[in-house]
Amino acid sequence: MLTSTLLISKQLPTLQYTSTSERFDETWEAPLATLLGLGRAAGADFVEFFLERVNYISCLAEEDAITSISPRLSTGAGVRVFRGKADCYVSTNDLSFFGLKAALEGSLAIMGLQLPAPNAFIPEINLELLRDYGTKRGKDAWLPECSSMREMGEVLLAGTSALQQKAKHVQSRRATYFRDWQEVLIAASDGTFARDIRLTQSVGFNLLCADGANRSSIGERAGNTSDPNFLREWNYQDAAEQISESAGKMLYADYVESGTYPIIMANHFGGVIFHEACGHLLETTQIERNTSPFADKKGEKIAHEAVTAWDEGRSDNAFGTVDMDDEGMPTQRTLLIENGVLKNFIADRAGSWRTGHPRTGSGRRQNFTFAAASRMRNTYIAPGEYTNEDLFASIEKGIYCKKMGGGSVGATGQFNFGVDEAYLIENGKITKPLKGAILIGEATEILNKISMCSQDISLAPGFCGSISGSIYTTVGQPHIKVDSITVGGR
Amino acid sequence: MPNINEIATYAKESADKLGIKKFDIFGSTVDETSVQVDKGEPKQVKASNRSGVTVRVWNEENTVGVTSTTDVDPKGLELALKTAYEASFFGVKENVPDFSPEATIAIAHPPHGQHKPQSPVPQLLESLIGAEKQLLEAHPAIKDVPYNGLSQRDISRFYLNSDDALRTESHSYASVYLYSKTSEEGKKPRSAGAYRVSYGLTDLDINGCIQETAEKTISHLNYEKVKSGKYTVVFSAEAFLSLLGAFSNLFNAQSILDKQSLSTPEDIGKQIASPLLSLCDDALHPSNVGAETFDGEGTPTRRVSLIENGVLTGFLHSAGTAKRMNAQPTGNASIGAKVSVSPNFYHVYAGESAEKELSLETAENVIFIDDLQALHAGVKALQGSFSLPFDGWIVNKGVKTSIESATVAGDFLQLLKSIVYVEKEPELTPGGVCPRIWVEELSITGD
Repeated sequence: MLTSTLLISKQLPTLQYTSTSERFDETWEAPLATLLGLGRAAGADFVEFFLERVNYISCLAEEDAITSISPRLSTGAGVRVFRGKADCYVSTNDLSFFGLKAALEGSLAIMGLQLPAPNAFIPEINLELLRDYGTKRGKDAWLPECSSMREMGEVLLAGTSALQQKAKHVQSRRATYFRDWQEVLIAASDGTFARDIRLTQSVGFNLLCADGANRSSIGERAGNTSDPNFLREWNYQDAAEQISESAGKMLYADYVESGTYPIIMANHFGGVIFHEACGHLLETTQIERNTSPFADKKGEKIAHEAVTAWDEGRSDNAFGTVDMDDEGMPTQRTLLIENGVLKNFIADRAGSWRTGHPRTGSGRRQNFTFAAASRMRNTYIAPGEYTNEDLFASIEKGIYCKKMGGGSVGATGQFNFGVDEAYLIENGKITKPLKGAILIGEATEILNKISMCSQDISLAPGFCGSISGSIYTTVGQPHIKVDSITVGGR
Repeated sequence: MPNINEIATYAKESADKLGIKKFDIFGSTVDETSVQVDKGEPKQVKASNRSGVTVRVWNEENTVGVTSTTDVDPKGLELALKTAYEASFFGVKENVPDFSPEATIAIAHPPHGQHKPQSPVPQLLESLIGAEKQLLEAHPAIKDVPYNGLSQRDISRFYLNSDDALRTESHSYASVYLYSKTSEEGKKPRSAGAYRVSYGLTDLDINGCIQETAEKTISHLNYEKVKSGKYTVVFSAEAFLSLLGAFSNLFNAQSILDKQSLSTPEDIGKQIASPLLSLCDDALHPSNVGAETFDGEGTPTRRVSLIENGVLTGFLHSAGTAKRMNAQPTGNASIGAKVSVSPNFYHVYAGESAEKELSLETAENVIFIDDLQALHAGVKALQGSFSLPFDGWIVNKGVKTSIESATVAGDFLQLLKSIVYVEKEPELTPGGVCPRIWVEELSITGD
């Protein structure tokens, strides 16, 4: 005869758990299984806990002094409760069992559900054995292996010194660095139980040059996940050389004459064009809201046949790399567009439920205060068959967009992005620098105008802001030609 | 979750325990609930109750370290103080931040903010579902309200330091935003939105938000391309304030000292704008629902004149920038390893009287910009230039026609001097109060 070991609701106040907020490990299985069972017993269709611990530090060097070192320590949790397709997300700083129970109770109440009566059984959820990505690839040792405060300062000051040596007409020079170490634990009522550690770092320069009324300001960043040696191996001499050259050229640039032009977009951060003009519109978040013109286009041609595009969870140590997403799913390599044909969307769990598209390990969030949503990871246009020379030779008069700024896409599919460094192309040759350009267009139109892709693919780090906060992503592409686009200017 | 007074007590006790003699702490707790709906059904409800503090510690060498944390229990605060102490040995050696000389003076203006109890979630959902329904019924072409939200927030803040400064305050507010989208056969989708804020749900102007969203969206149904060229441009309050905000380094004393500004210390007293324009930063403006009476350094907030009849009259200061520039702190600081300065609430108003009044009812061929987009991409704040997509209309004697897709470009300092009219009627926006602003000879890129 089996003896029931099920908890009874009124026993909850007597429970003693050994889990602590200082480490996310197997000790969390029991309390989270109990809480998930409690949520299900209350009538929730699905419950998920997301626990997070962050150790962040940033460092700023201005001219020849360190002017800011800012550590930030954070722990918190979010509980997401689904009833049908509607959901509620409650976040808290309190990671004690009763703090999490209070958050769960709050979210249940908001969904019109109540905790079980005192004598009710609580069906604990059988969680899988902890799927611990935090023990892979030496992640447990990452934090202590990263640069110390002293080393951060030394590297950044060496960087600003290199800028001073290489740039002319310097008005101000800055070097910035941050290290974001994050440990997450996810448990859900479908049995998901997974842990991961992420390490994201970025370092870069901002240079402002002025000569009389002429000014140029250029920023450039490098980014990395997974490499504790990233900062100490940063080639600040090369970075300073490149940014100084760009600032020097842009200092005396003319304003771009507005109009419609063929353009060549450089590789690296030029990939922001695909990120804004297409990537966001393939997120199920947009499909749910009916704000994507591609919602019903799966299997159809939406881009020029020269375009093949990917969104992948792991691209070496690229800025958007994660082993699992923020819903505990291993990230996938997702083919978005193949030779112009739309193949897949980018889906999180809720987006998958609401749209029917399969999950792709793309549920991401800035931190515990946000519910996960479908977001891009490392997104890029694949290399094509042309050379850069082929691209330039095909343009009589156009614009070479060498360095892109940020961009955005609206609810109607209109996108825009700024150009930080541009040049006029005349008869296939670069002739003079231009400034003040912004590119605008319709997503559905621009994708069919990307007619040539070169072979020199390069990825660049980016920060993407959307419904679940600001996250780290990668954009990328080879040099590409866009047959015509509206360029805003003077 | 500890309350403000408990957090303050924990911090003081931890500092004593660690032998830290000089420190200050700014912190806040936020209790927030928000809802979104989709076609008459709840889509997502979010709630959070969270706290965070930033501690600054001065070591024996009088250099400063800073740490922020959300772990506001005694253990978390102790770790934060320890980390800040460690960081202090890498702190700046020159112009070391110090307590604000005004952190302990009495606050002259009592807070006008109100603290209204939060409404239950079902009431939020009911209100937003009703708003969505009304918006969908406003015109057959309005098919979706893809972005919507109704939220309410209670905020408590405190500042304390080891010289016995202690300030606390709390307030609440509620806000609603609606953003609708059209779908018509043979036409491109069009969209527009509106936002309202108040102290609580009961006095939130949801109907006004519905009406504004509907009117704007419907006004974009019939659109056409605009010819590229130079136009007189009328900026809505929101558009002008967003541009002003993007170039706020003009008034930011920290940016000026860092040579990250379009201004220099010597620019005070110079004519930088049309005499028709005046501007203040006024945290305590009666219309500022989120008014705060002290900043991150404990300095009381106040009304600060920035431009008077086109003349630059002041900068926004922290305690540190004020000391370096021989001025008074203005209540615009946020503490951090590097203290930052930012505006609180802009108040734009007419300076000198215009020679003639202008009106959209009579003007010919002017561009009325309702909303500027992609400011993060199209503004070069250190160069003074901008090139931005916008939502708006071309207006001819009161007849508005939506512009399909266009950008506006210019130089901000030149724009300030090219203001030809500042309307009388102010509009309230989340970032401040401002009337419509008329500017001549701006570049528009359209067809």
